[in-house]
Amino acid sequence: MAADVPGERPHWTRAIIRHAGIASAVIAVIIMVALLAPWVAPYDPIAQPDIVGLKNLAPSLSHPFGTDSFSRDVLSRCIYGARISLSVAALATAIAITLGTLYGAIAGYVGGTVDAILMRIVDAALSIPRVLLLIAILALWNGLPLWLLIVVLGATGWFGLSRMVRAQVLSMRELDFVAAARALGASGPRILLRHILPNVLPTIIVAATLGVGHVIILEAGLSYLGLGVQPPSASWGSIIQDGADQIGAAWWISLFPGLLIVTTAIACNSLGDALRAAFDPRESAVTMAELDS
Amino acid sequence: MTDTRTDARTDARTDTPLLHVTRLRKDFPIRQGWQQSLLRRDAGAIRAVNDVSFDIARGETLGVVGESGCGKTTMGRAILRLTEPTSGAVVFDGVDVATLRGAALRSMRRKMQVVFQDPFSSLNPRMTVGAAVKEGMLIHHLAEGRAADHRVKTLFEEVGLSADYASRYPHEFSGGQRQRIGVARALLVEPDLIVCDEPVSALDVSVQAQVINLLQDLQRGRGLTYLFIAHDLSVVRHIADRVAVMYLGRIVEIAPAADLYSDPTMPYTQALLSAVPRPEPGRRTARIVLQGEPPSPANPPPGCVFYSRCQHPLKDEDCTRIVPPLEE
Amino acid sequence: MTDPLLSIRDLRTYFHDGGLVARAVDGVSFDVAAGETVAVVGESGSGKSVTALSILRLVRPPGRIEDGSSVRFEDRELLELGDVDMRHIRGNRIAMIFQEPMSALNPVLTVGEQIAEVVRVHTDASHHDAWERAVEMLALTGISDPRDRASEYPHQLSGGMRQRVMIAMAFVLKPALLIADEPTTALDVTIQAQILELLQRLQAQLGMAVLLITHDLGVVAEVADRVVVMYGGEVVERATVTELFAAPQHPYTEGLMSAMPRLDRNTERLVTIPGVVPPATAWPSGCRFRDRCSHAWDRCAIEHPPLYPVGDGHESRCHLAVEPLRRAESHTPLTARAGAGS
Repeated sequence: MAADVPGERPHWTRAIIRHAGIASAVIAVIIMVALLAPWVAPYDPIAQPDIVGLKNLAPSLSHPFGTDSFSRDVLSRCIYGARISLSVAALATAIAITLGTLYGAIAGYVGGTVDAILMRIVDAALSIPRVLLLIAILALWNGLPLWLLIVVLGATGWFGLSRMVRAQVLSMRELDFVAAARALGASGPRILLRHILPNVLPTIIVAATLGVGHVIILEAGLSYLGLGVQPPSASWGSIIQDGADQIGAAWWISLFPGLLIVTTAIACNSLGDALRAAFDPRESAVTMAELDS
Repeated sequence: MTDTRTDARTDARTDTPLLHVTRLRKDFPIRQGWQQSLLRRDAGAIRAVNDVSFDIARGETLGVVGESGCGKTTMGRAILRLTEPTSGAVVFDGVDVATLRGAALRSMRRKMQVVFQDPFSSLNPRMTVGAAVKEGMLIHHLAEGRAADHRVKTLFEEVGLSADYASRYPHEFSGGQRQRIGVARALLVEPDLIVCDEPVSALDVSVQAQVINLLQDLQRGRGLTYLFIAHDLSVVRHIADRVAVMYLGRIVEIAPAADLYSDPTMPYTQALLSAVPRPEPGRRTARIVLQGEPPSPANPPPGCVFYSRCQHPLKDEDCTRIVPPLEE
Repeated sequence: MTDPLLSIRDLRTYFHDGGLVARAVDGVSFDVAAGETVAVVGESGSGKSVTALSILRLVRPPGRIEDGSSVRFEDRELLELGDVDMRHIRGNRIAMIFQEPMSALNPVLTVGEQIAEVVRVHTDASHHDAWERAVEMLALTGISDPRDRASEYPHQLSGGMRQRVMIAMAFVLKPALLIADEPTTALDVTIQAQILELLQRLQAQLGMAVLLITHDLGVVAEVADRVVVMYGGEVVERATVTELFAAPQHPYTEGLMSAMPRLDRNTERLVTIPGVVPPATAWPSGCRFRDRCSHAWDRCAIEHPPLYPVGDGHESRCHLAVEPLRRAESHTPLTARAGAGS
């Protein structure tokens, strides 16, 4: 007879809805809009229909986010900009997660001198502020293609995660079920892949969600400085840059993309927190387990 | 006088013991900062297992008892190569396991399995119990697909669990059920020897009894050999044929169970047995209460390891110089 | 006949979470007289630890002691006391020691400080005097070099020594009652013998009563005067220790005793209690033990048995007390028949 304590294992989607329903909804909406951009955007984002007549119009019904100095509709630019911002953030985070997990898992599982060397490298890398490093790399490289920007962002963002993964792998290595797998004859890679990593997955997922939010802001800042996404592609950061010198007169050009960045980042953070709470057995399980005896 | 190294025992089934351990030693180096290692200051090592030798005959249960820090768990792990022995030989079915590597080691692992103490950490929380149990079969290519699933289900029933538990996760089971799953996992690869490392210590008395009975039934039905490590003397008395008592990394006494419990010769064993509370109110045993604590395993005393706490009247300074040899 | 030191009547502690209620302690009553040792025996899920915590009102939400419960100590109703009065009792009149000394001791304070703190909280002793008392207590518990030890941290001490420190903390103000929750379960058997001997010595010296929570019947036989057996959040049997071991009446108590492997006897096969403890959120109707009992009959499913008197100071919550002939018809319990493992 199974020890059935109802509610001991909450379905994680229910937990997410409970903790961050709004955040998830917001992110879902933004993703959908980005995916359906060609059908959702009211105007062509790069069209400049009437440079004289339609330029710098304040927000109105026909242009909810206004127009910029090239008479481009800001809303449409933001919708297409979402595609760039989100895909850069998602892909860069994916690269960072993969690198960080592999590196940390190997360091943690193999241990000894290998671990020491690998971690010293990470320590050195962590001592360099990421933003400065990015600025240095990107400034030296004029007009880099988008895919390279993604790679650079990913390649600079995995150090912290590798430490977290390593720590978890180290502690899990000593658990009985790992020893049991070794006693059964499982090889190192098999144990890592089938036993340890699935248990590290919650950490990785949370780091991924938070990482996306972080990269969005990072990329926006770099694009604002002119180092990130290059024209003709436009991310939210680039749009802010476009409106930067007219903040007083045409505030809407910079404000709306800025709001979108903030909203998305906060939503990602909320979702990350909710996932962490959902995966943490102490927070989600009933205290009934404690009243044993 | 029976010598533990030859086979003059009542068990006449086989001539060679299934497991023959000779002078097994496991040291844990005491870590020191890199500055000290540069200065070559010798920090020494913790002698967790110190020159241990014994045999287990096929089909027998050898109980190993001792208190925390005596090295019994480390010894069990060293035999299974879950931790590398520092020196010594572990001859299993004629092959020295301590020197195997790679594929040879892997195939030898099939024959020596383990059941752990903690029902909560011995199963992977993110794997269904069916998958966890099946893994051994997959690693050793014993069966695949539907045949494998069928064998898992049969084995579940054999250990007293319903067959459709296989798709559930560990947290859905009680401690006793998880131990049964652990036993099933060990059994599926059809081992000859199972090292039971405190398999019932974390269970309630009534559940403990169920698991002990299960282990005994399985042993009888499959001709298994057990190395049963425990600190609970009553449990070991019940299940073991012979018992070894460990203290500070050494075996200090080894004898058939009935003899050890009725007439222990070594002072430590005597003290250990007298310390166990008996469920008989009003019976005041002449209890030998040991004073003090065991000496540190980082610095095992020369001669007899028990000397510092021994209260035997015949104790003398010989005890500090000569390590007493193991005789029945 | 003097009033008992501690008198618990109809204690109910329930845990509320969402719509579910776990009735961990469901109507427990017993007394502890001054100077005597009462053992509360049970396995996981019996409610024994929650009972102990409830006495000192240490149960945290979502746990709650329900109305109608009564815990009288030294003629005062503990459940009605305000926070200040309750704190005055804890550590001072009633002390508690736990199973895991490592988690019960503060790792960043020296053991001497922790004992001295107890003194300073309840009396207006100076730092110096409190420290001296701490050293005194450490000596009393048999720790060698107590003055040096007092300046050490918990992680520097062994398990047995930490338990002695906890005992020193508990005894320093000479409480009238000590609640010990599995105090020796985590210790080696030789250390356990030392600690039990220490407890008995100090108890005799200070004339203290002890409420001992344990699952180990051997320990019970060694130290207890009277025994309370718990199952399913209730008291199922109450007796003096000699009575209980000589003639247990409740099938659960009998089951526990036959399930224990014995040092002096060599049994072929242990007699087990089939099935598992039911969850506290859904106690079975009627007798809570009925599904696992080899004597149960239809009355057991319908009628919840009261505590029947079965001898002098001996009670059993089992209908066999009034229908003893049923005992002869032993059969396979329900859960064994259903084929489910534990």
